[in-house]
Amino acid sequence: MSEELEIKELEDVVVRFSGDSGDGMQLAGNIFSTVSATVGNSISTFPDYPADIRAPQGSLTGVSGFQVHIGAGTVYTPGDKCDVLVAMNAAALKTQYKFAKPDAAIIIDTDSFGPKDLEKAAFQTEDYLGEMGIDPDRVIACPITQMVKDCLADSGMDVKAMLKCRNMFALGLVCWLFDRDLDIAFNFLKEKFAKKAGVAEANIKVIQAGYDYGHNTHSSVANVYRIETKNKVPGRYMDITGNKATAYGLIAAAEKAGLKLYLGSYPITPATDILHELSKHKSLGVTTVQCEDEIAGCASALGASFAGALAATSTSGPGICLKSEAINLGVIMELPLVVLDVQRGGPATGLPTKSEQTDLLQVLFGRNGESPLPVLAATSPTDCFDAAFMAAKIALENMTPVVLLTDAYVANGSGALRLPDLNEYPAINPPYVTEDMKGKWTPYQRNERGVRYWAVPGTEGFTHILGGLEKDNATGAISTNPENHDLMTRLRQQKIDNIQVPDLEVVGDVDDAELLIVGFGGTYGHLHAAMDAMRAAGRKVALAHFKYIRPLPKNTAEVLMKYPKVVVAEQNMGQLAGYLRMKVDGFVPFQFNEVKGQPFTVNSLVDYFSQL
Amino acid sequence: MEANNNNIISPSGEKQWGAADFKKGQPRWCPGCGDHFFLASLHKAMAEIGVAPKDIAVISGIGCSSRLPHYMATYGMNTIHGRAAAIATGCKVANPNLTVWQISGDGDGLAIGGNHFIHANRRNINLNMVLLNNRIYGLTKGQYSPTSPRGFVSKSSPYGTVEDPFNPVELCFGARGRFFARAVATDAPGTVEILKAAYNHKGASVCEILQNCVIFNNGTHDLVYSKENRAKNAIYLRHGEKMIFGENNQYGLAQDGFGLKVVSADDPSVLVHDAHCLDKTLQLRLALMGTPFNEKLGPLDTADGFPVALGVIRDVEAPTYDDCVTAQIEEVKAMKKYHNFAELLETNDIWEVK
Repeated sequence: MSEELEIKELEDVVVRFSGDSGDGMQLAGNIFSTVSATVGNSISTFPDYPADIRAPQGSLTGVSGFQVHIGAGTVYTPGDKCDVLVAMNAAALKTQYKFAKPDAAIIIDTDSFGPKDLEKAAFQTEDYLGEMGIDPDRVIACPITQMVKDCLADSGMDVKAMLKCRNMFALGLVCWLFDRDLDIAFNFLKEKFAKKAGVAEANIKVIQAGYDYGHNTHSSVANVYRIETKNKVPGRYMDITGNKATAYGLIAAAEKAGLKLYLGSYPITPATDILHELSKHKSLGVTTVQCEDEIAGCASALGASFAGALAATSTSGPGICLKSEAINLGVIMELPLVVLDVQRGGPATGLPTKSEQTDLLQVLFGRNGESPLPVLAATSPTDCFDAAFMAAKIALENMTPVVLLTDAYVANGSGALRLPDLNEYPAINPPYVTEDMKGKWTPYQRNERGVRYWAVPGTEGFTHILGGLEKDNATGAISTNPENHDLMTRLRQQKIDNIQVPDLEVVGDVDDAELLIVGFGGTYGHLHAAMDAMRAAGRKVALAHFKYIRPLPKNTAEVLMKYPKVVVAEQNMGQLAGYLRMKVDGFVPFQFNEVKGQPFTVNSLVDYFSQL
Repeated sequence: MEANNNNIISPSGEKQWGAADFKKGQPRWCPGCGDHFFLASLHKAMAEIGVAPKDIAVISGIGCSSRLPHYMATYGMNTIHGRAAAIATGCKVANPNLTVWQISGDGDGLAIGGNHFIHANRRNINLNMVLLNNRIYGLTKGQYSPTSPRGFVSKSSPYGTVEDPFNPVELCFGARGRFFARAVATDAPGTVEILKAAYNHKGASVCEILQNCVIFNNGTHDLVYSKENRAKNAIYLRHGEKMIFGENNQYGLAQDGFGLKVVSADDPSVLVHDAHCLDKTLQLRLALMGTPFNEKLGPLDTADGFPVALGVIRDVEAPTYDDCVTAQIEEVKAMKKYHNFAELLETNDIWEVK
């Protein structure tokens, strides 16, 4: 947590358009540069023409490339390797893939990967991705040719003319990925084809179609945001996105606990990659069920938990709404369950691909009755690993559903993860019933930490019935006794309050800060950077960032009340601030709230904080 | 916790179970409720099936009938409204060694839980799904359900409903269900027979239990609720046997174009029941008998003059979801070279910082 983090956001993005020399890659690249320059990015471009201008179509020697390097700061070079590679045909993929970074997103026109195309490009098999060792998850595979034809079906253009617009589809898709304003591209085309209104119109239509395709399929680029530690500890590293790290954290926890991992899920942006990732790892015994709906995702996970698995369900805010009743069933049945909420813009469908922290109060309080459960928030893509591991540990050892909050920014962002050594991670010991309890045990009997024991079906001598109705503390039978319900409510609350979480850490000018910055979850990198900037400018500033939100760290009140001024900065309208005010008497912070669907910008944080 | 007051050890040394081994507590249903009859049959069926209580999970949703797990000396959950099939799915997939019974009423299973009902059938998860159909919402004190007939007067439809019900079999078959059986709650042998058949069927099996609500919908299944009425108005379908019915077994069912007709029992055209037939056309027609399907044709009291079909109507084997999940995991384990977390990490591009 105390590591210094460095965030790269669109600071250093390289896009390489590649295709046949006739595919218009230069034009696509030029327009993208122009659009980016117009919004104030610094650019550097590098046209990479084929040696043989008249090489046969689709051949390896006929590939042309155009590399664009855009950056918020000054960009001096076109970049060594690209973050996004557009490959309009098989030959382009074959020859240009070497220019792609290991975690680059790759856009291909699947219509140009037929048997003949593959042959011309000297592929040996139909599994061209496998042959090149490309992870299919990084590929945006799209039938561009067909979609361009369909898009222009009513234009009266001949097929040859239509196909000249394929580059614009790829451009539209790239504009979606980097949130570029299409109007600038449209104006560019109108000027360029001032005398050919039909051509301009067709190109504009296709750009829009490419952009819409990205929007409709929720295409995203994993490495738009990169969060790195400035001083890396020696060791072996891999690149990882937040969603993948979350999946890995669960796999690690299941192995540590000696349990089968079960994921019940329903696809939803931006959480779906967790389902994708876990579905791959059947060789580790991971069971994933893509359910009929969000409710079944959570309900089936609860069934799996009852049956003795480490059970999880992954979703985003709208899915949490639907899962709430089943999560609550987990609260009253006191079964372990990990609920992964990759937050996106809301309310309702909101901004599916954008990032917010607006589900905090929903996961804390959005269920009927008194329904306490632990809540954690991952602070960076790589922290998702530890956070998911700890969420599973807390769930299993305390027999409770746990919510892990991440967000679109953390989930799709990436970082360098030092390969975790499971020997260095704490043991996970669920409170299983023991042989000596046989005959005496009742379902709500509790251990010294107030946690009920886990009797897994199949165990002789421990048959019992759980359920959503309130139970008698002593016998486990259905009870509406008022004193018993009051007692059970308190016991469930106490159990959560008893959970030990690490103290809230303060970094920066710990002893004499004039201003304490407070945040939670995915904003850690930006808040840290804002603090650094202010301290570099001579201000006394500290940062306290929450990863454990319920229960709160024991020293929360002490930390929050220690400094003359406190500002809670969050990507919502003040949910953490409100929660902390509820929990800490007399705590009246300043607030910085932004709900733009975009990560904070360090400059705006510094501007606001400096005025306080 | 377990009631072991009826232990019998067989000559082979294998434990023999009695109905009492599965019994727990005092049911709280209204006196005369069909659920009492069904519960006794379920205990009896489980004893005859012989799976130990510790290896059984009984999972219900919400409703009168969903109280049932509390009266079982097995593992179980009385969960939330409509989600029993989804919860049972996760339970079975996570631990295929468990025998899972899912208990729902017509509201729990077909209204709020309709989505999970159809998908559990479509996936063909090896669940024994029991649908206690009393055509009413009892726990909420008498509102119409998705199986209440059109025009049904209830507290929420004082002028009669203006919507058609569905027959559970239509939903089951529409979702590619491979097992459907029906029994009357008061008919213990008939109920035990289909419950055992459901257990023996590998895959999702739906048992519709016609069950009377004495308080809010008394008499809804009167045509078949007593032994006498069943003799007159019901037909017991058994695979490989002729479709004969009537108080004196005097009638038979025969094909009539795309439909059925009632003929004399000795008519050579009397059909033989084929529960294993993949094509469900005839099975559907049989299962829908007794409901207002067409004009009154025969000598019975039922709406369409045909007998109400009881017994195992469809029983077609197919690969089960849980088996396939397990098989796929084994297949991939043999194919892939990483089998623990440390090996998984090594499948990534790794670099070193010194």
